[in-house]
Amino acid sequence: MSKPTSLFVIFFSLFVMSEAVFEDQVGKFDWRQQYVGKTLFAHFDSHSQSSKKLFLATDKNIFASFNSRTGDLFWRHVDKVGPEGTIDILLLHGQDALMVVGGGRLLRSWDTNMGGLNWEAVLDTGSFQAACFVAIQDTVKHVAVLKKAVISLHYLTNGHQKWVENLPDSDTVQYQAVYSGGEEEVYVLGVVPNSHLTIIAYSLEDGEIIKQRSVEAPWLSSVESSCVVIGQGVLMCVDPATLALYTLPIQAEEAPQFNQILLQVTPVQPRLESVVFPPQLYVHAFLKKDDSVGYRVLVQTQDHALTFIQQPGRVVWTREEALADVVTMEMVDLPLTGTQAELEGEFGKKADGLFPMVLKRLSSQVILLQVWLAHLWKLFYEARQPHGQVKNEVTIETLSRDEFNLQKMMVMVTASGKLFGIDSKSGSILWKHYLENVQPNAVFKLIVQRTTAHFPHPPQCTLLIKDKDTGLASLHVFNPIFGRKSHIAPPALPRPILQSLLLPVIDQDYAKVLLLVDDQYKVTAFPSTKNVLQQLQEMASSIFFYLIRSDQGNLSGFRLRKDLSTERIWEVVLPTEVQKIVAVNGKRPNEHVHSQGRVMGDRSVLYKYLNPNLLAVVTESTDAHPERAFVGVFLVDGVTGRIIHEAVQRKARGPVHFVHSENWVVYEYWNTKSRRNEFSVLELFEGTELYNSTVFSSLDRPHLPQVLQQTYIFPSPITTMEATLTEKGITSRHLLVGLPSGAILSLPKMFLDPRRPEVVTEHSREENLIPYAPEMPIRTEWFINYNQTVARVKGIYTAPSGLESTCLVVAYGLDIYQTRVYPSKQFDVLKDDYDYVLISSVLLALFFATMISKRLAQVKLLNRAWR
Amino acid sequence: MASVPRSFLLLSIIPTILILCADFACCNTGRKTGDGLDTDFSGFSVPLEHSFQVDDVSRFRMRGALQLRGGRETSVSLSQSQLSEEDRNTLKEVAAVDGLYKIRVPRVSLTDRQTERQMDGYLTAFVRACSLVESHLSDVITLHTDVSGYLIGVSIVTIPGACRGTEVEDEVDLEAFNTTLTIIAPTNAPQPETALFIERMDIEHEKRGKPQEQKSFFAKYWYLILGGAIFLMASSSAQPSAGGAEEQQS
Repeated sequence: MSKPTSLFVIFFSLFVMSEAVFEDQVGKFDWRQQYVGKTLFAHFDSHSQSSKKLFLATDKNIFASFNSRTGDLFWRHVDKVGPEGTIDILLLHGQDALMVVGGGRLLRSWDTNMGGLNWEAVLDTGSFQAACFVAIQDTVKHVAVLKKAVISLHYLTNGHQKWVENLPDSDTVQYQAVYSGGEEEVYVLGVVPNSHLTIIAYSLEDGEIIKQRSVEAPWLSSVESSCVVIGQGVLMCVDPATLALYTLPIQAEEAPQFNQILLQVTPVQPRLESVVFPPQLYVHAFLKKDDSVGYRVLVQTQDHALTFIQQPGRVVWTREEALADVVTMEMVDLPLTGTQAELEGEFGKKADGLFPMVLKRLSSQVILLQVWLAHLWKLFYEARQPHGQVKNEVTIETLSRDEFNLQKMMVMVTASGKLFGIDSKSGSILWKHYLENVQPNAVFKLIVQRTTAHFPHPPQCTLLIKDKDTGLASLHVFNPIFGRKSHIAPPALPRPILQSLLLPVIDQDYAKVLLLVDDQYKVTAFPSTKNVLQQLQEMASSIFFYLIRSDQGNLSGFRLRKDLSTERIWEVVLPTEVQKIVAVNGKRPNEHVHSQGRVMGDRSVLYKYLNPNLLAVVTESTDAHPERAFVGVFLVDGVTGRIIHEAVQRKARGPVHFVHSENWVVYEYWNTKSRRNEFSVLELFEGTELYNSTVFSSLDRPHLPQVLQQTYIFPSPITTMEATLTEKGITSRHLLVGLPSGAILSLPKMFLDPRRPEVVTEHSREENLIPYAPEMPIRTEWFINYNQTVARVKGIYTAPSGLESTCLVVAYGLDIYQTRVYPSKQFDVLKDDYDYVLISSVLLALFFATMISKRLAQVKLLNRAWR
Repeated sequence: MASVPRSFLLLSIIPTILILCADFACCNTGRKTGDGLDTDFSGFSVPLEHSFQVDDVSRFRMRGALQLRGGRETSVSLSQSQLSEEDRNTLKEVAAVDGLYKIRVPRVSLTDRQTERQMDGYLTAFVRACSLVESHLSDVITLHTDVSGYLIGVSIVTIPGACRGTEVEDEVDLEAFNTTLTIIAPTNAPQPETALFIERMDIEHEKRGKPQEQKSFFAKYWYLILGGAIFLMASSSAQPSAGGAEEQQS
């Protein structure tokens, strides 16, 4: 029994080894782009003239260094997500970058050359207010950190605390700024809103209070938002109410007072709102070689783009940091080339008679000839150019589908409301479109209504933007190839939208119909032409949809009526006292299943239960106690509301990640008892006989399927999961698992098969079933992104290509990584090192050999006949 | 308010078990409480309503009463009356226009009788009226409960489930329901089978380990070694004569 096991192991290890990437394949089919997010603090490295470093701290808790000439990333440090890793301030001095992290929890010093950590110091508790370097005669040796009630001074070299002092009257005075002017004093500025400003001077040596003064300032409410220290200790404040500017020397000995400068009131009212810190504009002025002043500007715009501008107004580079937060994406086929489109167009149009047809054919032949000549000319021209100069730049004009449809347009929707069109082959951004007035809590749903297959109609995508709180939605209709907004006017949606569904019904322009259900269960169709409405009326009784209200635990099904109103036909209620619905997932509509069944060891067929309307509903118990917590998995038919299967995973809790595809559901959860992550797989089979093999109808499938389930231990937590998808579904499936380490694991579905036998038998061996082992292996060869880790991977998108063996994969999160996977290896592609010469020479040799021998045979026959 | 009898029951079970463990003689009393527990859950009935209208507007009427029995082993039975002449005609009309036949049951808890009042709402399911007519009113109704015994869903299918458009002439076929009723509680999903796997591994190890320990290398291959030695000896002794034979041949 052990022998077959080891044989299996060897077989699979071989099978797996060939899956990894060879060294020379690195970067050939894949690319990665790294992002940092929206800039909060930026500093130019100014300690040497020729330095080209730029330091950024961002809202994604990242500290990064850029090349200011190209915008490329030198290095970056990704800290924890959430408030624990927030960067409160970034200060730069010479080679050291100082950072306060996590709301005043840690003080860190980084070496800016290499990006290494110099030291880290834990600060006392208290919310962080401000920090500044403290210098004595221009040599900086200390850093002062101001918190709500305490100020501390740290050595710059090792982070040790020199002294810490409590601030007087910290419950009434809000201390908001700290300043050091190069003498033996540290000034702390606090404010009692709308009353006065308090200035306290501490001794640098021992932290003793030297001076304490108070300045009347009834107009001042916050130092942080309306004041700034400029020059040699001059505090400058603005009062937006009276349009006044105030200045105050901080170090003044005698009773200080604000000097008021009233701003001139011009006919155009100057609007002084407040000085925003940190600003969105980072200016770096420097002395040029000829002693004139030069400057560089770093601009952070609302669409999260970071632009670097040099003196004469030249944009040096732009980084699209909105891509650090991709919400959803789709891959759209590229349009056909001119010739292909012309042929398509010829056959697509209706025939109008013999003569016009001949003319049309002739004209298209002429166009084909033209295109071919142009191609020849281009080849000739390129051949004359020196080799290095020929560039294969991808531009929007040269976009066309390749032979195997491996190159596609990635349409990415980001949280900031900026849309991007990215070429999947090179990763270059081909178009971008910023949607204004998108609320920060908006939910996006991207729908491809018309693909590129319907020439001459342009492809059409619709983005549903929904406000999470109010449910009010709007539609943005655009062309996914060029990013242009479509001239088609989307319908007005006055009521909150509950559900959107894309029907397979197409209008006369080949656009799929999108149905939007509002909170009164009324349906809006888009496009809503006469043709569409007529079709909908005809099909109304067979259009079903479901709604899920997870706050009430309610799942209900509706049927469309002829007048586009709806009728509730089923209802399932999961009591919210026991469990809450965390996720619902149907199947992907573009998924193909090639084989209806599985051939078993005894040559009988086990048919799969392939219900396209099946929903997987995952719940979590409200009781969080580790002994009583559970995860529920319900398989519900979306048309009839029938609960097909109901399973409870005891002693488990989320976060649950799951994939629902074909006839299986794979989910991952946390086992509270054994304290580990576990994978479970559910497979549904109809049995050895099919009820109705021609068509599947949820309304006519009275028998419940057989459900098989198996569970495995997974040695790592996961962040996201997706299944590979191929054109015809012949290729075996793999699961793509995003791990917190940034690796993407391609796990063969074969390992997640509930029919894996405990005891190996002849039949199971025949079926190639791997014997059951409770632990799921993680092999390093399975990492499809080798060393190109994808930080904070949030989602994985898979799309089929024109090659059955190949599936396109995009992983997004903080970074974007695109690659191809071959779950069953490249069975339909010849290898790169395929020996064409040998094969063709053998063929030719054989051909000549037959010719010669035939001739010889003829001569011999002739001779014999003469004899 | 709802949890009072429940916790009482739980409390009454715990001493039962304790007593069973502690003293065999007390067994009787323990049994008694257990019996009381079962009678407590003795069935309660909820209405099963149905609706079939030509205009597809839901107007639910009584179809029968479901006798539910909670506790350790839930069971369910249904008592229903025959369809009236009028109902039969309506059902046929609904079937003719491809309308729906809907049923509903109120949301109840099988274990916690007190909460029945608190939960409002119904669980609804449907089947095409034509398939119900064509199957001569043979339907399968399934009630689904969750882990804590709440009814969460109901489903109805007919066997056969298809609508072929065959006319049901005989009125007798549409008089009485031929209902199969089941109640399904969630199944427990399996845990990783570590114990069994380790056991199997141990057995395999033993199998593999034992013969290796017993037989040494020589013990195992003594015949090969012996054979090899004999062959060597034979060949070395036969060599000169063999050489001679070769010479003779050439």
